[in-house]
Amino acid sequence: MTTGEATKNRSGALLEGIRSSSWQSRAAVAVVAVLIVLLLVQGVRDPGQFTSQLLIGLTNGAIIALIALGYTLVYGIVELINFAHGDNFMIGSFVGLTVLSGTLFGLGLFSPISGDSGAALKIAGVLIALVVAMAACGAINVGIERIAYKPLRNSPRLAVLITAIGMSFILQNLGLVWKGPAQVPFPDLISSANALPGDTIVFRWKDVFVIAVTVPLLLGLSYFIKNTKQGKAMRAVAQDKEAAAMVGINVNRTISITFLLGGILAGASGVMYGLFNGITVFNVGFTQGLYAFTAAVLGGIGNLSGAVVGGLLIGVIGSMADQYIGVRWTAIVIFAVLVLVLVFRPTGLLGDRSATQGGGSDRA
Amino acid sequence: MSAANATGRGASPLKRFGLPALLIALALLFPFLDDGLGLGLMFPVIVIAVYVMLALGLNIVIGFAGLLDLGFVAFYALGAYVVGWFASGHFNQVSISFLSTARSISGGSPAGIHISFWILLIVAGAFTALCGIIIGAPTLRLRGDYLAIVTLGFGEIIPRFFQNGDNLGGFNLTNGTIGIKSIDSPGISILPDSLSTWQRFGTLDLNPWYYTILLLVLITVYVNIRLRDSRLGRAWVSVREDETAAAAMGINPVTTKLWAYALGAMFGGVAGAFYGAFIKSIFPTSFSFNISILVLCMVILGGMGNIYGVILGAIALQGINFYLLPQINDWVHAIGESLGSPLLAGADIPKYNFFIFGIILVLMMLLRPEGIIPNRQRQEELHDDSDAGGDALGGTVRA
Repeated sequence: MTTGEATKNRSGALLEGIRSSSWQSRAAVAVVAVLIVLLLVQGVRDPGQFTSQLLIGLTNGAIIALIALGYTLVYGIVELINFAHGDNFMIGSFVGLTVLSGTLFGLGLFSPISGDSGAALKIAGVLIALVVAMAACGAINVGIERIAYKPLRNSPRLAVLITAIGMSFILQNLGLVWKGPAQVPFPDLISSANALPGDTIVFRWKDVFVIAVTVPLLLGLSYFIKNTKQGKAMRAVAQDKEAAAMVGINVNRTISITFLLGGILAGASGVMYGLFNGITVFNVGFTQGLYAFTAAVLGGIGNLSGAVVGGLLIGVIGSMADQYIGVRWTAIVIFAVLVLVLVFRPTGLLGDRSATQGGGSDRA
Repeated sequence: MSAANATGRGASPLKRFGLPALLIALALLFPFLDDGLGLGLMFPVIVIAVYVMLALGLNIVIGFAGLLDLGFVAFYALGAYVVGWFASGHFNQVSISFLSTARSISGGSPAGIHISFWILLIVAGAFTALCGIIIGAPTLRLRGDYLAIVTLGFGEIIPRFFQNGDNLGGFNLTNGTIGIKSIDSPGISILPDSLSTWQRFGTLDLNPWYYTILLLVLITVYVNIRLRDSRLGRAWVSVREDETAAAAMGINPVTTKLWAYALGAMFGGVAGAFYGAFIKSIFPTSFSFNISILVLCMVILGGMGNIYGVILGAIALQGINFYLLPQINDWVHAIGESLGSPLLAGADIPKYNFFIFGIILVLMMLLRPEGIIPNRQRQEELHDDSDAGGDALGGTVRA
């Protein structure tokens, strides 16, 4: 067999593949390709701006990915869209803000940390804020599960979805009462100066901060799920609750721990969101939650790496839409992505898997 | 067992027709009651009636066909904007009038498109039904949660599109956040002058509005009942219970679901059209996700699939919004004053509306998930412990 024939065969197989695919998937691939080409054209016209926008997108995406992981962890294990998760993220940003301002429920524990404080104080403050917010959100998430979801473990899915919406309303209202209806400013603790030399490509210290917090969290989560006994139990419960219970896994505790993990990530994400954007507001959880949910769906809900990839992609799509389409169309672009992904590839880019592996594909 | 049995087809005529007749008579007499007792409840009652209609529309989608729709507000908004576009001075580039009550000050035909409200009701219904088919056709093959999310996506996109639609390539389609204002009043101009309030519906006498929405609600209820007991209604139940089995019995699941989606959308659109004309100005912010959730909660609280339950759910939830929450505010203030507690006396209860609302939702689901007046068939499903499989509405979470 000559090389020419081999090439012919390969191209023949490719043609066959194209022929056998549905017109919808062909159209979808064509549209995505055109969009990528258009973006690359922009990238060639102004590489500096394009790269900066890409980096901002990745940073935003990291924040979204942390929330998306909470959705996907919970969905993977109890098949519930945890509507309250976005609002838990908002509570996380409020807790962080309260810690930084030193006024935990009017106790005035220490003087507020502001942009003028010393570097050591700033670092300590941010770390304490992160830890407190993570703990608070983890606890809230576990509490919500105990009160509102656990009693409904055997009810129709819709009943649990409604209680999730109810909890979302409750948290949002708590936020409204706590910090009021207006946007609340975050102290400007992390420099917005460019971390890279020169000013063609902008990658601020703020972005460095987000990446520096996100990467260890992701590595930690990955280690927890892959290597610890509890992580293995989570995977087992995600695959088959009854079988997991039969081999002696405490299913209820495992579900609680899943909610705890989701809450911890949401708390960290909330504090970072506040520090990164300089503001937070009581209903920020709704939009960010929906973006994160879109990210989870885009990556393949129930799939942990999918949530991270989806989060980063949504971040980049959002920042590109901000730059090249217009900020006010960004939300529509992201929701259009959500709809298109679900219509053309409901299992997401990396496939629909429960928690980390196996199972679940039959329920699509 | 068909859902029709729930209404008691074998029951005595008194039981079958007595209660509805009594309720209709009460509804017809309500304006006199309101006037006589000086309740001043006409405005909230009309809004409640709009929500009853929305809830009945959504009931077709969720209660009958078992499709979870989290973006129902999209159709409500589309219906309202149909009236906004074709019965106001919004498109002032043209001047088209057709059987409209709108008059310009100079006596000539006013700027903008002005078409009779009654025609627009039908147009809005047809348009939203068409939109329902367009949105539904590619998405309805998805099941359960996925469908819920797609509809949520549409429910977010459409109001945002209206918000941004003031400059679509230079064309002002929706007037952005400012919204469309001074929408024409409906009216029946052929009536004699003795019925002047009916010639052009005003803002002082709300009776014409009330009877119009009452008629629309009654039509909706009638269509709901007839649909439920029809061949299509039984097809919905079978697709809801087991899509594969239904398909094997010769039911086309996609067409069946599309009908549910289109009919539900149509009622949402008509309700939106009425609301637009009644409120007279529409803004994109009036059509937020919260409305979708509110209507969904009405259907679920009342009892999915049960028409009386859904009506009761709508009245109860909007009643809580309009009546109970302000009342609670007064009660708390009174208690605070009698106890001499400034904290309670000055408490701003409306601030906690969503909190109370959320608590009601959670408690309801924990204590009575089948709704206030459950659909008998649904109730049996809910109390059946066997694992019915993974659908979002009928199935159970495997434990």
